[in-house]
Amino acid sequence: MNWLLDLTPDEWNAVRLSVKVATVAMIASLPPGILIALVLARGQFWGKTLLNGLVHLPLILPPVVVGYLLLLSFGRRGPAGAFLAEHFGIVFSFRWTGAALACAVMGFPLMVRAIRLSIEAVDRRIEAAAGTLGANPLWVFGTITLPLILPGLIAGAILSFAKAMGEFGATITFVSNIPNETQTLPSAIYTFTQVPGGDAGALRLTLISIVISMAALVASEVLARRVGKRMDTE
Amino acid sequence: MTVVVDISHRLGNFEVDARFESAGRLTALFGPSGSGKTTLINMIAGLIRPDKGRIEADGRVLVDIDARLFVPKHKRRIGMVFQDARLFPHMSVASNLRYGHWFTPTAERYADMNAVVELLGIGPLLDRRPANLSGGEKQRVAIGRALLASPKLLLMDEPLASLDEARKAEILPYIERLRDETKIPIVYVSHSISEVARLASDVVVLARGKVAACGPTGAIMQRLDLLPAEERGEGGAVLDTAVLRHDEVFGMTVLGSAAGEIRVPLLTTPVGALVRIRIRARDVMIATGQPTGLSALNILPGTIVAIEPGEGPTVEIGIDCNGATVIARITEQSRQTLKLQLGRKVYAVVKTVSFDRANTGAGLPVEADG
Repeated sequence: MNWLLDLTPDEWNAVRLSVKVATVAMIASLPPGILIALVLARGQFWGKTLLNGLVHLPLILPPVVVGYLLLLSFGRRGPAGAFLAEHFGIVFSFRWTGAALACAVMGFPLMVRAIRLSIEAVDRRIEAAAGTLGANPLWVFGTITLPLILPGLIAGAILSFAKAMGEFGATITFVSNIPNETQTLPSAIYTFTQVPGGDAGALRLTLISIVISMAALVASEVLARRVGKRMDTE
Repeated sequence: MTVVVDISHRLGNFEVDARFESAGRLTALFGPSGSGKTTLINMIAGLIRPDKGRIEADGRVLVDIDARLFVPKHKRRIGMVFQDARLFPHMSVASNLRYGHWFTPTAERYADMNAVVELLGIGPLLDRRPANLSGGEKQRVAIGRALLASPKLLLMDEPLASLDEARKAEILPYIERLRDETKIPIVYVSHSISEVARLASDVVVLARGKVAACGPTGAIMQRLDLLPAEERGEGGAVLDTAVLRHDEVFGMTVLGSAAGEIRVPLLTTPVGALVRIRIRARDVMIATGQPTGLSALNILPGTIVAIEPGEGPTVEIGIDCNGATVIARITEQSRQTLKLQLGRKVYAVVKTVSFDRANTGAGLPVEADG
């Protein structure tokens, strides 16, 4: 049993980094995720199909391509990367923040899809009723729409987190595989499989990924059930 | 409080082109389904923007398309009770009730939580969730929620249409109390004669998107030609009466009206209270002489003032009974046999048992200004 729990500092760092990257990716993509889902669910505008396609692109493209596109645009010499580094001091390339960006982009379509479906299920007549009671559109969104789509929000967030925990291709292409900086669980496991005698380490990290992913799924299930129960009956 | 509506609006092939003005305490928008009444009430609430026209409530212009004016719904302070209650499923009944109250500027809050809860009898429901309420309970909570936003005008869109008869009978008295005990003017959409006759002070009759007639309930209800075919059997005279005494021995209540005493099955209403009754035209018989040996208890002497051809073999006879008009629907054959003509003195005969809960309700208090 000892070999299982006895993680080297580098392995621990990979675990911590993965959880950090996935959490940041999930939280950072929630606001734009809600906004885009809202626009796609309710908006009527020219180019909606295009936007929908763009959002879904990371789901269809090979992850390596997404990583390469990120490198081109958010790398040091990329237009977006240069702008952000110059004006806000935010650097993505070869940093853990870059890993979070790659994970957020890869998980974005899954998150938007889950939230969009729950927004489409909201009875707009209930929102209209809130409007007649004096709530302006922003308040209606905050007090009616948001609570009603909470199960969808949780589902979308967990999907994004799970995707981030498993993201490999885009991350390694964009920010490489630097221990203690950009080496997430999948990259660490990949590294172990590339060296002789790395099997034990690969297995340890594999088991840890399974535990983390299962825990996230169970937690989301419990949360969603509690929210759902609060909404229907008591 | 006056509501002025003058709009035209196109929905596919259907065109609503309506113009009316009402200052009544409870104005009913009455018409068959598809006549445009829900469209109109949604426009007053601000849920639909009309193509053309203007809407005014209490001197405040809410919509004036020519002047590019459209007050959004959350700034209108107009309460709305929907047919399907539309309670917020994620909130308790108490939170639902407080929702509109919270958005009302403090200075404009006049509705009191306890008073509203008491008025609607929803005290025991406060901790419940909407999903655990019956249809009638939901509707009462929806009314309370609208009231607690301290609206300047209350709109009710077929609030009883999705309820069964027992639930309707449960809610009607609350709407009567609302009409009589609060000062909020109400616009009430309905396709049911019995609701309109019982509740309304004024009626706007809609047909195919246009206003067919508009006026006080008593006057409108006598015009059976305005009623949709399937409701025509329910039409008749609406009389405002007062309880004179209760006859406990025979289980009857005697009502005093301009037309004379009218006996109805025993009411729980106290002596002196106002009661509005609807005498269906099909329930009225006509006798040319003082009838004897007749089981019917209500015999009202009067003069024929109107004879209108009705549907099929029928004619509708208007009888003026000392200022109150009673409508009788009889066959053309009977009219000819009895030689009924304008100005003839006759007796309108109504059986006590033709009155039931559907056509006997609390009367509207008479206001000094009419």
